[in-house]
Amino acid sequence: MSTRAPLITRRVAVSAAARRATIAAWLLLTPALIAYISFVIWPLILGVQYSFYDWNGIGPSTWVGFENYLTVVTDPTLLASIANAFILVAFFTVIPVGVGLMLASLIRTMKAGPFTTISQTILFLPQIIPLAAAGIAWSWMYAQTGAINQFLSAIGLGGITRSWLAGYDTALPAVGLIGSWVLTGLCTVLLLTGISKIDGSLYEAIRLDGAGWWREFFTITLPGLRQEIAVLITLTVIAALSSFDIIYTSTQGGPGRATLVPGISIFRIGFTQSDVGLASAFGIVLMVLVLAVVLPIQRLSRTSDR
Amino acid sequence: MTLFRTRRGGTGLAVVALSAIAAAALTGCAPGSSGTASTTSQAPVSTELTTDDVVLTIADETGFPVTDKLTEEFTKQHPNVTFNITRDTFQNLTANAPKLLASDTPPDLIRLPTLGDTVKDGLVANLDPYFDAYGWDKWPASQLAPLRMTEDGTRGSGSLYQLGLGYSVTGIYMNTKLASQLGITAPPQTLDELEKDLAIAKAGGVQPIMSGDKDGVVNFVVQAAMNQYADKDEFLSWMFNEKGATFDTEGNVKGAELIRKWADAGYFPSDINAIDYFTFNSNFTGGQGLFAWNGNWEAANYQKALGSDVTYFLAPPATAGGKHVAMGAANSFSVAAKSKHLNEIAYFLNWVHTDEKARQIIVDVTGASPGGDPSLALPSVESGSLIGQALEMSSQLGAEDGQVDFMANTTAGIYAGSIIPESQLLVTSQITGQEFVERVQKFYEGEVG
Repeated sequence: MSTRAPLITRRVAVSAAARRATIAAWLLLTPALIAYISFVIWPLILGVQYSFYDWNGIGPSTWVGFENYLTVVTDPTLLASIANAFILVAFFTVIPVGVGLMLASLIRTMKAGPFTTISQTILFLPQIIPLAAAGIAWSWMYAQTGAINQFLSAIGLGGITRSWLAGYDTALPAVGLIGSWVLTGLCTVLLLTGISKIDGSLYEAIRLDGAGWWREFFTITLPGLRQEIAVLITLTVIAALSSFDIIYTSTQGGPGRATLVPGISIFRIGFTQSDVGLASAFGIVLMVLVLAVVLPIQRLSRTSDR
Repeated sequence: MTLFRTRRGGTGLAVVALSAIAAAALTGCAPGSSGTASTTSQAPVSTELTTDDVVLTIADETGFPVTDKLTEEFTKQHPNVTFNITRDTFQNLTANAPKLLASDTPPDLIRLPTLGDTVKDGLVANLDPYFDAYGWDKWPASQLAPLRMTEDGTRGSGSLYQLGLGYSVTGIYMNTKLASQLGITAPPQTLDELEKDLAIAKAGGVQPIMSGDKDGVVNFVVQAAMNQYADKDEFLSWMFNEKGATFDTEGNVKGAELIRKWADAGYFPSDINAIDYFTFNSNFTGGQGLFAWNGNWEAANYQKALGSDVTYFLAPPATAGGKHVAMGAANSFSVAAKSKHLNEIAYFLNWVHTDEKARQIIVDVTGASPGGDPSLALPSVESGSLIGQALEMSSQLGAEDGQVDFMANTTAGIYAGSIIPESQLLVTSQITGQEFVERVQKFYEGEVG
């Protein structure tokens, strides 16, 4: 009996302390939690709710079950816009991450100095320009008399000049390259930070073994940057699939529907056609698509950590 | 590094919680109001202007300075009434209009290009009592018809829900300097003559048509062609969303096929789908293009840029001596149903249509016809000016009963959702006129349902 008493007190004391810590933790979490629930969770729940109704946003609504979802997965126009978004992944993800990797490993081998600082700053610059402004500026550069065509003419390629955003085959790649331009800087800077964390002795060791630049890149740099690459792919895939501002300011989905993406469709359906139900359903489908692409990437980076 | 939860159990818990909340939300009450018209008690209808100090709010689009000038003049005449005008881009304003009108502090007067569901949802004020009180029955009925709507949402008849601050008309501007270089001495009188002029321009190395389709302005050309072949009333019944009305008519197809023919012949700019409204105007005023299809609202700007080297005329009919048909519409404004100043706004609207100075402002600033009682004197304009020509076109169209609405106003979503993308395909020879008409009709059926 006498030996158990202190143990109980200690247990009580420990659990009280734990409870206090839990309360403190919740208190600290509360502001963020309130913001998260009111601006993310609650709108998401409302979005799910709206997606089952035929509603113009103001007047009375009618329950339509899964009809809106059926429209999303059967309407060829909407499906085509989803396909366009996946094509944009090549420009928003593959190019920036690829080019970023190249640039980052190049900059790493250079001696730190004004040149590397300036090039990093210039590379990062597009990131601080609002996407809407980038879209407008690039649509001028892509115009018939714009900077791109002037440059092409100057180097003797006058034959291929055209209005890049007006062509059915060139509009989507042209818009995609705006995204590449914006995101390459972000990728380079983040990857450079990652490289600086890789143990320098690894590079020394492999060089002593007589490895060249490629060997070094694939054996040391690439595996060392796995987590950064996973983060970048996640961010840029989301940017591609939910793109809106660049396209809204440069082509508005045209010509025809060559650059129509889900973001533009949802905006039009919801705000111009006042079909809040269909717009919400499309939004939910888009969210599921983004998760379906992004979650496996997360899992990949995690399992390889272990 | 992970952006998402690492504990598998946590994810499962989140999913369960989310589904539970979602299920709760779904079984809860449906979104939106169940009742229709808001029944805020209104002051009795009066045509006397209040002597109290009143601030009226107007929501208007950017780049539409006529409301500034009109309200300035009105306050000069009635110092107790002042105005607070907010502006947003056309696209944003039209997208937000229903929400603005439904809010607790709606603007008293709002620019509203398409009524859409606003009547059904009880958001805009019925102006019928003022129609009777002020005697607006003397105004041209055809001008007011597109501003009416029945309770089931058909435009063209029913109660009056809008009035125009100016009534626009569209036609064709011709660069006369380029024309005389090409040996073209007068505006074409028929579509055939117009086509001949286009061919002459093409052969002479002049851009035959200046237009753009990044934001849809080429549809002035498309509809102008359709107007000449279509049955006007049939076309209007579609724009007014009458039951069973269709866009897929023989006349519309013929007009669209003509546009396809012009596209094949290279009469449109090659980069037309990258040209927006602003670039289109600066190209034409910069001397590019023999013809430009546009409305009276650019008359003053074109005159300023091109001086006497430009003329303005109604799109010619298909056959010589045929009646003219052209698009025209009110710069339509609606009054919020919840406005506390219905009497004052109605007084202002009546004043815009009847006061001599107000009518002059409408003409000077917009080049549009001021509307109102046709027996009232027309504002004075410089003779031979483009604005003068626009006013003449307006009255000629009135006399020939040839005004039709813009097909872009048919439904709220049809312009951006269907007419613009399909016309982009049409003017670059990607689809036939028949396909254009069928696709727009299909979208229409989806939206009107």
